[in-house]
Amino acid sequence: MAGRTEAIMARKGEIMKRALGMDYAQFERSPIAFDYEAMMSAHGYSLEQIIAIQRSGGVGKTPLLELRNLTDLVRSYAEPGFGARLFVKDEAANMAGSFKDRRASVSIHVAKEKGYAGVIAATSGNYGAAVSSQAARAGLNCIIVQEAFDSRHVGQPEIIEKSRICEAFGAEVVQLTVGPELFSHMLELLDETGYLAASLYSAFGISGIESLGWELAEEMTALTGAPPTHVVVTHAGGGNTTGTARGLRRAGATTQVVSASVDLSGLHMASDADFNRKSFTTGHTGFGVPFATWPDRADVPRNAARALRYMDRYLTVTQGDVFYVTEAMAKLEGLERGPSGNTAMAAAISLARDLPRDATVVVQETEYTGAGKHHWAQLNFARENGVEVRAGDPTESVPGKSIVIPERPEQIRAKDFDLSKLRRSYVRNALAHAGEGYAPTSEDIEFLAVDTNSDAASIEAIVASLKEA
Amino acid sequence: MTETTRCAPGDWVEVESILLEPADRSANLPDDTAAQPLRMWVKGFARTAAGVGDELTVETMTGREVTGVLVEVNPGYFHTFGKPAPELTAVGRDLRIRVAAYRKAGG
Repeated sequence: MAGRTEAIMARKGEIMKRALGMDYAQFERSPIAFDYEAMMSAHGYSLEQIIAIQRSGGVGKTPLLELRNLTDLVRSYAEPGFGARLFVKDEAANMAGSFKDRRASVSIHVAKEKGYAGVIAATSGNYGAAVSSQAARAGLNCIIVQEAFDSRHVGQPEIIEKSRICEAFGAEVVQLTVGPELFSHMLELLDETGYLAASLYSAFGISGIESLGWELAEEMTALTGAPPTHVVVTHAGGGNTTGTARGLRRAGATTQVVSASVDLSGLHMASDADFNRKSFTTGHTGFGVPFATWPDRADVPRNAARALRYMDRYLTVTQGDVFYVTEAMAKLEGLERGPSGNTAMAAAISLARDLPRDATVVVQETEYTGAGKHHWAQLNFARENGVEVRAGDPTESVPGKSIVIPERPEQIRAKDFDLSKLRRSYVRNALAHAGEGYAPTSEDIEFLAVDTNSDAASIEAIVASLKEA
Repeated sequence: MTETTRCAPGDWVEVESILLEPADRSANLPDDTAAQPLRMWVKGFARTAAGVGDELTVETMTGREVTGVLVEVNPGYFHTFGKPAPELTAVGRDLRIRVAAYRKAGG
């Protein structure tokens, strides 16, 4: 078996070029810069066409709900005159139970149009359900590759539920133990089957999310007279932030885009022992930070999800905050939804407290819940794996060791992640990948400025300080 | 409940195999992960009769052939909700009281 990984990785370029349905080389401009907008529009579909594709797939046009009880709860402890109106886009109403249906729909449409016999996606999350469901409707074969178990063959109940739902939709589910070699096995499967790589990070996928930002801007305008002042987006790989922000801009909205993740700092994402000591399989800083600071770590040559380009703020909340809010949503608003999707809701409750009453905050997704995904299942599993669960001050929680559930909603205080640190880290990664001794051109500096939502002078300053370091 | 320990051709089963031995795994893995083989589980229709622990080839939902060790015949799912978390049981009651009090006070 020695050399198996090396052998397949050596053929990565050739396999992915066929499997992605698009040649990424045409967008490259330099070892640092590439033409992002050309890549995003290369598929040739307008937003209107994408919406039509999604409608025929049973995707989109989900309810936008005002959360009057949660709003009043926040106002009951906010300073006088404060407490923004809270809204949620109930994306759990999509075919397979999450906004990921939007992401899957365009890839599946392209696979069908281009004559692929099937699709493959590497995901342990809702995206697998979405791809499986859309593939079933399109009559395509589907393989979902999941990192599912630790070395004891113990699986996070949320991932086990995801295995189940993918198989319910007729997908072949390949379950693996912990490790990044999942990617090389996905390459072997792409090579063996000739299927389309339905990457989470393709331009097809991210374009599919633009309809979400566009829809919620239109719906908020109809409901309140204007697009929302703030949208809060659960952030992991960056697609949700990117697609939503692009859709908002297409609708002409100047909404603040606030990304939010569960703080899982200190846990190693490739660690067999840590794997089952986290209660969130996505929407956490373990993906959110590395993908923001180096998006091109993804399974495509250039990632269409580029969160730093679009986020105005990045908030983190604790696991306990999210479980508390998940329970509150069910009891106060009649919305029993999955915890990962409620990450943004926990951040929004903290944000709304500090905003004036005429501000409007939209949480742009929910996800389905049920056996395994449910917050009770998650907390029971945490206890079984030696994580302490208790009520108290959530700021005392230590990811992997304890989950502290707030006793009062006032205790939910999201923390601002310093964006300048993320930008600096991104620039360092871009320079490192360009190769030793490469001197960025003015075109590179301009690209990095746009890609980090900053300006050329700030990038020049970072480059200079990295040289000194 | 008695576990079925043998499958007939055409039965829905699960096989396990080792994709990479520890020595063949990626560099830069944390020590705990590097010490373990990369294992894989796949479900499909049994090609032949076999007993649990025997090598068996299955045909998956996409028509691929995968060979591994038979681990389960007619594998199911047993994930659940479990007991309510005591830290959360009063959240609904307490928050409803707070919202009602806020509204009563003219908020």
